[in-house]
Amino acid sequence: MARKKVVLTSPSAAGDKIDGPLLEVEDIRTHFLTPSGTVRAVDGVTFTLDRGKTLGVVGESGSGKTILSRSVMGLLPTRNVLRRGAIRYQGHSISDYSQQQMRSIWGTEMGMIFQDPMTSLNPVMKIGKQITESLRYHLDMDKGEARETAIALLTSVGIPEPGQRIDEYPHQLSGGMRQRVMIAVSLACGPRLLFADEPTTALDVTVQAQILDLLQAQQVERHMAIILVTHDLGVVAGRTDDIAVMYAGKVVEKAPTAVLFSEMRMPYTEALLNSIPKLEDPSHTRLQIIGGRPPDLINPPTGCNFSPRCPYAQPKCFVDEPPLRDAESPGHQFACWYPVGTPEGRQALEDNVAAVFPAALLATETGLDQPVGA
Amino acid sequence: MAGSGTAHLRGDALLTVEHLLVEFPVGRTGLKVNAVTDLSLDIADGETVGLVGESGCGKSTTGRAIMQFPKPTGGTVVFDGTDLTTLNGEELRRTRPAMQMIFQDPISSLNPRRTIGDIVSEPLNIWKRGTPAERAARVDEVLDAVGLDPAVAKAKRPHEFSGGQCQRIAIARALVLEPKVIICDEPVSALDVSVQAQILNLLEDMKERYQLTMVFIAHDLAVVKNVSDRVAVMYLGKMCEVASPDSLYAAPAHPYTRALLTSIPVPDPTRRPDPEGRLQGEIPSPVMPPSGCRFRTRCPLAQERCAQEEPQMRRVADDHYVACHFPLVDAAAEPAAATV
Repeated sequence: MARKKVVLTSPSAAGDKIDGPLLEVEDIRTHFLTPSGTVRAVDGVTFTLDRGKTLGVVGESGSGKTILSRSVMGLLPTRNVLRRGAIRYQGHSISDYSQQQMRSIWGTEMGMIFQDPMTSLNPVMKIGKQITESLRYHLDMDKGEARETAIALLTSVGIPEPGQRIDEYPHQLSGGMRQRVMIAVSLACGPRLLFADEPTTALDVTVQAQILDLLQAQQVERHMAIILVTHDLGVVAGRTDDIAVMYAGKVVEKAPTAVLFSEMRMPYTEALLNSIPKLEDPSHTRLQIIGGRPPDLINPPTGCNFSPRCPYAQPKCFVDEPPLRDAESPGHQFACWYPVGTPEGRQALEDNVAAVFPAALLATETGLDQPVGA
Repeated sequence: MAGSGTAHLRGDALLTVEHLLVEFPVGRTGLKVNAVTDLSLDIADGETVGLVGESGCGKSTTGRAIMQFPKPTGGTVVFDGTDLTTLNGEELRRTRPAMQMIFQDPISSLNPRRTIGDIVSEPLNIWKRGTPAERAARVDEVLDAVGLDPAVAKAKRPHEFSGGQCQRIAIARALVLEPKVIICDEPVSALDVSVQAQILNLLEDMKERYQLTMVFIAHDLAVVKNVSDRVAVMYLGKMCEVASPDSLYAAPAHPYTRALLTSIPVPDPTRRPDPEGRLQGEIPSPVMPPSGCRFRTRCPLAQERCAQEEPQMRRVADDHYVACHFPLVDAAAEPAAATV
């Protein structure tokens, strides 16, 4: 690369603070200024992520999970975007870094895997070149060294005959293989934090399982933190340490994975889980559905964003927005006035069923009284 | 996996596919893609048959070959007593209203420049069903049935709807001619889990309301299990296992079915995913499929016999058929396995 490397005090050069979380995100907001109004894509999200841990971010399409990961990584356009809040990476505030400064972090500190492996790889560039590009730029490797490293990377992500594959183009590979290449590209410079944005949504179940296994193995080997973004609670269940459930740009429930599944408090989380067809259920089991659609992010409803679709909604929910508050278990937070599994919640649901409230009827068609996840 | 045979056919079905063969030439090389090879399947009246397998196993090709779209290279597709493969263009066209299809990508399967009213009424106009007023009433009825407000939806265009709503429109278009059979080709693969649940419930409702017979193609066994009365597992253009969904899940007899089942993410954090026993590698090229059993290259139980001899479909339990030399069933419950 002829380009001169920008030298700056990158977080790694400035001496790592080994203690303390890897990433701290505090009240970040990303609003898009559009002709029809301000789209509040991410609206006040706070979380911390420790080294080597995995955070699952779950929500429907349009809940802001992709924009959240792009906001943290600084991958958004600068025009007509309003960004607020603090992002600290290894103790350094990176939220006000310029694109030039972010460049020293991308690849070496933070990597990203996108949903569609075909469109995120360059179709007219051999895959070897796509992997060695960052090795040459960031790590100043010479050609031979970079190629050897690339072959080693392809081997480690499970690509057969890497010496041959390195000179092939993306279209010569299957979808699963392309996603493996994408993982090799993002792991090339040894990032400490990997964003995986729906990495398996475009893939078959068998390949999905392989790719998730691969990510997990690489994480252990590299002691890397992962933010796994997905719409499927099944994908994150066995593979994350913590889960944040997002709805309409906000985190509505956050907990260690086991706690989230055993003590879920937010009706939205419960509804997401119940909408997954389960193998244990007999065939033709009626699925619980969430009626309606996610809210308009330009004019979000007053009160709780989920209230128009919520089977538990009470008059208060349409007026006052519930704050994110602590539950009994440590690290468990939720935003709901009538939480699932509490006397108030049960009462609210019973009242709604009695009042023939449509969302409540949709939810109870399958029998909500059954234990969740059974 | 890669089995042939017709032991699983029942005889009195609405739609019977026998020895279906679909091949595509590979350029001018003289080679061919063996997309579907000697596949047999039958679908009883009012039944939903789920067709499952990985990408590239030929499940979509099978769905399209049933529709004669394109015509298969060989085999028969008998629908309601008529062999569709023998029909010419106009005769085939006359069977179309009875068989309709729903595609994977709901947005690209609708013409972006036409209104929903046009899209849904077009089949009626082509077949000149009833008076214009009757047609309009029929369009309103199906739009209402799929959960859209006809007054609002009819004047809009596809881009004004979400993916899930577009899939509802595609379902309405398929239903408007009152078909007997609907072939759903991965109708929920492009949708979120919450929307997927809505569409699956809708398909169940529509099936009941219009007495439909369905072929449901998908790669997710959990989804297929939810809607199907019978599940057929495919691998590389061949049939592996046919069974009722509950027995298929409770006791998968084919190693491939078991591998598919273990790949499904379970929404339960106490059950950690187990990479052991995971299906490794990818589906081989259908241009030069493996000899004998086509699954043998990835099968944990493969023996020499699997390379030489192609397994035939055989019965292992009530309404449970498998094409495997070494099926995963107890020796006691397996009368045919010891012989040969």
